[in-house]
Amino acid sequence: MQSSDILVTHPVGLHARPAAEFVKTAGKFPCNIMVCNLTTAGKTVNAKSILSVLTLGVQQGHTIRIEADGEKEVEAMTALQGLIASNFGETA
Amino acid sequence: MRQYTGVAVSGGIAIGPCWIYRPVSVSTNRKPIGDPKPEIERFEKALRDAEVQLEQLYNRALESIGEADAAIFEAHKLFLNDPEFIGAIQSAITDERINAEAAVAETAEGFAQQMLALEDDYFKARAQDIRDVSRRILYCLNGISLDQFKLSQPSIILAEDLTPSDTIQFERTMILGLCTRHGGPTSHTAILARSLAVPAAVSIPFEFTNFHEGSEVILNGDSGTLTIEASVDEIESAKNAQQQWELIWQSRLKSASEPARSLDGKLVEIVANIGGVEDARQAVEFGAEGVGLLRTEFLYLDFGRLPTEEEQTAIYREIFQVMGNRPVVVRTLDIGGDKQVDYLDLQQESNPFLGWRAIRMMREHPEMLLTQMRSLLKAASPESDLRIMAPMVSSVEEVQQAREIFEVAKASLQKENDLRVRKTQFGIMVEIPSAALIIEHLAEYVDFFSIGTNDLTQYTVAVDRTNERVAYLASPFHPAVLKLIDRTIRKAHEKGRWVGLCGEMAGDPVAVPLLLGMGLDEFSMSPSAIPAVKELIRRQDTNRCKEIATEALSQPSIQAVKELLARQR
Repeated sequence: MQSSDILVTHPVGLHARPAAEFVKTAGKFPCNIMVCNLTTAGKTVNAKSILSVLTLGVQQGHTIRIEADGEKEVEAMTALQGLIASNFGETA
Repeated sequence: MRQYTGVAVSGGIAIGPCWIYRPVSVSTNRKPIGDPKPEIERFEKALRDAEVQLEQLYNRALESIGEADAAIFEAHKLFLNDPEFIGAIQSAITDERINAEAAVAETAEGFAQQMLALEDDYFKARAQDIRDVSRRILYCLNGISLDQFKLSQPSIILAEDLTPSDTIQFERTMILGLCTRHGGPTSHTAILARSLAVPAAVSIPFEFTNFHEGSEVILNGDSGTLTIEASVDEIESAKNAQQQWELIWQSRLKSASEPARSLDGKLVEIVANIGGVEDARQAVEFGAEGVGLLRTEFLYLDFGRLPTEEEQTAIYREIFQVMGNRPVVVRTLDIGGDKQVDYLDLQQESNPFLGWRAIRMMREHPEMLLTQMRSLLKAASPESDLRIMAPMVSSVEEVQQAREIFEVAKASLQKENDLRVRKTQFGIMVEIPSAALIIEHLAEYVDFFSIGTNDLTQYTVAVDRTNERVAYLASPFHPAVLKLIDRTIRKAHEKGRWVGLCGEMAGDPVAVPLLLGMGLDEFSMSPSAIPAVKELIRRQDTNRCKEIATEALSQPSIQAVKELLARQR
């Protein structure tokens, strides 16, 4: 299993377009991917579900934990980390 | 006269007949079912129908209110494909043996309540999106058409609340104003009203029973008041106020569309960074004299495959038409290993910002750049002023090759009789220190330079600006970055080339006098920053700015530069 804690720096946090990109990226991989908001210490949810990800209420400056388990877990983790590191593709 | 006061969300005064919006309600009471299989099938069919509707709404919104606002329907489609949402509905039907209507409504409400429990207003507003999607599925389950929004005359719309799918159904020219009993400043009603530029107020405590459909009402979007049963005199004075308002609005916009000339007469170009046709319209409205950066990545990300020459041409043409004879600087594909673009053969790299990206793809795929350049040139009209630039340039060889492709694109279109544009320029972005340090050599092959300060900063101070632990080191006010900017402008001017800047710095009021002092020719920023920056430039004296620049360039640190600039304000 892959696990990683990541700080979300995007100004809108994990909603609107960033949330959609996040879920779409997660949806590309066969493994189970779970995510939780460490800052608010809430529940752990399915990273492929947009509604569940939105209910985490991730804002700028929050840290999230992503766990990927199963087929292509390494690729999935790299892709999600890359997405967040690139500020969801908004680097000028 | 009777008046109700709510929250003002979009300015202006509307006077006209009211139209009351009453959505159809579908019973969502629980009903036991026998065999769940046909119910599941009914639900799945409704999902497919809903998806088709959303697709149509998306396209319609794209035309009427633009890409950014149309995105909401894309998000709704994601809800329809949400494994947790759909899974919960299906298991309610199968395990609890209840009707699809109850399963959909209860599941959606469960998610909506979770959203409402969150602190941030934006998240709270998503509850409405879920209810909207839920209602769409319920309508589809019952074969109810959404085609009930036909207004016969331009009206002020009164509603309990308006969802994105409600508002998009209305024909734009039929909306004089929007009033809702619910909703806040970030509600869809508010966002839509601002993008349509119609007056609106929300959270108005009115009762529908006091309104007669078609009777005249007055909506003041600045005070948030809705007036009914107004006398002739009252309507007359509202009409005067409406005219006043128009005049003020026009004068505001007019000063934004006037040029930015400093006190001592130096004229600079103020242009916009945009990513699509809707931004282009907004840019013009806010007084942009052109486009200093048109990002083209969206084309490659949205299509899911390489867009063809025809597809690209059609999209560029739309943007060029909006800009008319104003200059448009287009940045060719700037994408790399930090993005997911399956068909581009982008591999996960350990250092994507230093990897195979942007113009570096040209060595292996010159045809990609050729197609893009041909599309751009083809899309431009005889009145266009098209300026194409290549990103991530680090060497003379890259510029030579890119320039050659540019010339080949032009020559081939000329031969095919498909080149109508008369004014074209070729340039490069300066965002790597190695480029800034050999400007005099690069100048041989280009007509202009555009400095990308975000990347130039990151590459100069060796900081991944998305890494929080080191991001504090990355400031364009670092004296080393300032020296590179200054050098770029000086060396380019010596060779007779003009220089623009399209990073966040160009729209930063603190940086503007400094950049003006360095002799920057073109400032490119987000459209909304334009009126303020123009205003600021009109108050500057370039000789004083030159002194500031000279002093800033001799400072030892970011802190010292910032303090110096703060003292000038």
